[in-house]
Amino acid sequence: MALLEVNDLVTEFHTEDGVARALDNVSFTLERGKVLGIVGESGSGKSVTAFSLMNLIDPPGRVASGEILFDGEELRGASVQRWSELRGTRMAMVFQDPMMSLNPVMKIGSQLAETVSIHTKATRAEVDERVFQALKRVGIPAPRERMKSYPHELSGGMRQRVAIANAIINNPDLIIADEPTTALDVTIQAQILYEMQNLARESGTALIWITHDISVVKDLADDLCVMYAGRIVERGPVDEVIADPQHPYTRGLIDSLPHAENHGRRLYSIPGATPPLLALPAGCSFAPRCTRAGRICKQIPPVVTDGRREHRCFHPLG
Amino acid sequence: MFSSVGLTMTNMLQTTHLSKSFSYKQGGLSRMAGKLGLPAKEQQKVHAVSDVSLSVESGEVLGLVGESGCGKSTVGRMIAGLLPATSGSLSFNGQDITRPSVETHLNIQMVFQNPYASLNPRQRIDRVISEAAVYHGLVEKGQASAFVASLLSQVGLDPSYASRYPHQFSGGQRQRIAIARALALDPKFVVCDEAVSALDVSVQAQILNLFMDLRESKGLTYLFISHNLAVVEYIADRVAIMYLGRIVELADTRSVFTRPNHPYTQALIADAPRLNAKVVEHRPIQGELPSPLNPPTGCAFHPRCPRAMARCTTERPSLVELEDGHWSACHLNDAVNSHPLTFQEMQ
Amino acid sequence: MNLAVLKGGGQYRRTTMMMNDLDAKAIPPERAEPPVAPPEHPMRLLARRYLKSRVGTAAAILFLLITLIAIFAPVIAPQDPYDLTKVSIMEAERHPGETSADGRTVYLLGTDGAGRDMLSAIFYGLRISLGIGVISALAALGIGTFMGLLAAHFGGRLDAIIMRVVDVQLSLPTILVALVLLAVLGQGVDKTLMALVLVQWAIFARNVRGAALVERGKEYIEAALGQGLPARRIMFRHVLPNCMAPLIVTTTNQMANAITLEATMSFLGIGLPQTQPSLGLLISNGFDYMLSNQYWISVFPGVALVLLVVSVSLVGDRLRVALNPKLDS
Repeated sequence: MALLEVNDLVTEFHTEDGVARALDNVSFTLERGKVLGIVGESGSGKSVTAFSLMNLIDPPGRVASGEILFDGEELRGASVQRWSELRGTRMAMVFQDPMMSLNPVMKIGSQLAETVSIHTKATRAEVDERVFQALKRVGIPAPRERMKSYPHELSGGMRQRVAIANAIINNPDLIIADEPTTALDVTIQAQILYEMQNLARESGTALIWITHDISVVKDLADDLCVMYAGRIVERGPVDEVIADPQHPYTRGLIDSLPHAENHGRRLYSIPGATPPLLALPAGCSFAPRCTRAGRICKQIPPVVTDGRREHRCFHPLG
Repeated sequence: MFSSVGLTMTNMLQTTHLSKSFSYKQGGLSRMAGKLGLPAKEQQKVHAVSDVSLSVESGEVLGLVGESGCGKSTVGRMIAGLLPATSGSLSFNGQDITRPSVETHLNIQMVFQNPYASLNPRQRIDRVISEAAVYHGLVEKGQASAFVASLLSQVGLDPSYASRYPHQFSGGQRQRIAIARALALDPKFVVCDEAVSALDVSVQAQILNLFMDLRESKGLTYLFISHNLAVVEYIADRVAIMYLGRIVELADTRSVFTRPNHPYTQALIADAPRLNAKVVEHRPIQGELPSPLNPPTGCAFHPRCPRAMARCTTERPSLVELEDGHWSACHLNDAVNSHPLTFQEMQ
Repeated sequence: MNLAVLKGGGQYRRTTMMMNDLDAKAIPPERAEPPVAPPEHPMRLLARRYLKSRVGTAAAILFLLITLIAIFAPVIAPQDPYDLTKVSIMEAERHPGETSADGRTVYLLGTDGAGRDMLSAIFYGLRISLGIGVISALAALGIGTFMGLLAAHFGGRLDAIIMRVVDVQLSLPTILVALVLLAVLGQGVDKTLMALVLVQWAIFARNVRGAALVERGKEYIEAALGQGLPARRIMFRHVLPNCMAPLIVTTTNQMANAITLEATMSFLGIGLPQTQPSLGLLISNGFDYMLSNQYWISVFPGVALVLLVVSVSLVGDRLRVALNPKLDS
């Protein structure tokens, strides 16, 4: 049984200008210990997916329909109590801004200790040891001294490491990371990616890594989901999707990346712009920008799968 | 000692030993305490930029790369006349512009990183684009709307959008408006400060294409500041790498990316995620970026450098020309018996 | 063709911005999608959001009504209560609804101790109260904004001096300061206005300075500087318009405060002369009659004052929400 099974998830936001469907029948599975990369641009719904999975969607938004099966248990509609039991123990989240998970007026040692003591019955000494180990695992130098620091005394990269430590400290089965390294420098990002990879491998924690930068997940992820305007347009093993994309959007995305080979030449760019969620075209949302679009694309493309890979396209590539 | 690059006829912009430091004035109490002989907080100085000497040739794109705190944005702002230099000089086409004047702004314009903050939310975009041009007399008031329409179409926007407000546009469109505004003063030199960093990938490609097209159609010269190596590799002719306020390497793009000399450059290139690079299991460079308030002695990179020597902790290496046009600031180049390993050799 | 020369300053002469530059190759648009939001005028959007609130709409109507009454008081008031020829002591202390001795006028709200029609007196009182409230708030807005911008622009010592004055002033109770000022300045509408302005400018200065400092740090100001626009122009044409939104709410609040403050002063007998009574003065004059059960001489002006202040306050509050819908609780 898969660790996480998401079926036809729909998340809506009710605004004064209409209802925006941020997620439209999103489905995917994640096995234990595997890494899933979710790639998309702004408005694709990738962050909303993360928040929906952790029950962090607040009004005027709501998870309207669908299933979230965590280890077989349906989470949608679970009680507040159950969510408290799951979050921080079996499921944890790391945000783009580490200050979203860190309390600015508490020492980081105390915060991490709190995460442990709320969820487990451990003695003071055991808690301290676990905090120390967590900080060590995420590569924070001199953990015993650092425990006494406040978040603002740390650099951005350090703070994110502390946020990650906060997520792993209770050995969760699943970590959802929403653009965790986007705001960090290249060298720091590389360190954290490297460490996360090792963490996932060592402890068998499943990881969902959300990013707009496909190059970041290339080495980290096992599977890749590409999202566009609230739908998953392509999904499959990461190397196959990148080397041989089936959906024109994925192809376009990869082709627009700048690199040495196209130095001095015009970059390929997908014509047009992402449609706003309140004014999505009928049928395939990518059709207005697609060179392969035809009349049939006025219908919503169904998921087509061969067992390993899947896509939503009436005129797939390859 | 930095040896002069040499003024060539096509040198458009030149900075010489450009430095910028910010000092935090002591509060009144600290000053009083100091006068009374009591222990007081030291006056803190942040050397954001130290001894940067660059030249940009007419028509080229010079990439300026580095991570946070390296000072690249500060250099950009000094060049664009937004920040006065603490020491050093700036010249444009031979004329000294160390003290920025209106003339500086007519020659050098800047495109900023955040398209959501760089346009006045209360101004219609026709005013946004034409205000300065009208003010400086480059365009007659009556001609302003034709002027704006022309600029809008040059940046790929429908001229009918002129009467709208910034909040009605997407990030990419706003960046186009910002570019139109910069072009309105008919500059010869444009500083792009992380101009595509806040944009989605597909929009980024469009804007990069726009920059390339404008470079050709208007004969522009760019200083392209970015932390994104892939973008710089694509668009720049030459690249300068900065670390903690200083230039550590400067060379043409191909040399920098295939034969990086400085260990920091090597680390940066190895650490940058590349889509088509082979998966190389290497351990990324350790350590954090040092605080500009408390820089390391000697070579600023030595605490993180895998091949630091004793000399590196005491003596700061100067920028030396290794081969034609390839400069690097590293003691490893001096030592006779240890030649710097290239990126591939490091594996 | 059309040559443009650099205006003002600098030895540098920019030559041509030739018309044929304008024909420079138009790069084919990347089929950029048109913006979604229809170009709705920001005022219209504000009005639409504001009118969604029933309370706000009612308050706005009430306020409009009061304003019209105040403006047209000389025209619509049944009687000019301060025209001594029209007022007769014989009509004094009539109950609300009573008719005059000659049967020609019905005193809807009764008359006061000198025979003045209360309804008319209230109309004129509203005129004075609202007028003083609005004028003093607007004048304080003007002065305060100027001082706040000055402080934000120059910084340093000037900023410190202005802000310390503001701090001192804001720490003192407004009634106390107003009392002292009026005791010094004496009676009269102009002196009351002066005192009210002096008491109110500080809050505007502080708000504007704060907002101006925030705006100044933003990139669009840097961009304006980078385009060679002079600092003064940037302050007034770029920074100021972006500070105004929260000021709208502050101004309406201050109006309500000014009206109340003035009413308090008048009630205490200082500030306005008897010949130009505001609602506060009317309440004060009628106070003595409360004990003899002639409530209408004091209570009706009181009700009018409450309606005025409440409508202004509600309009201000709803405006605040309409400007920033996220604040709706």
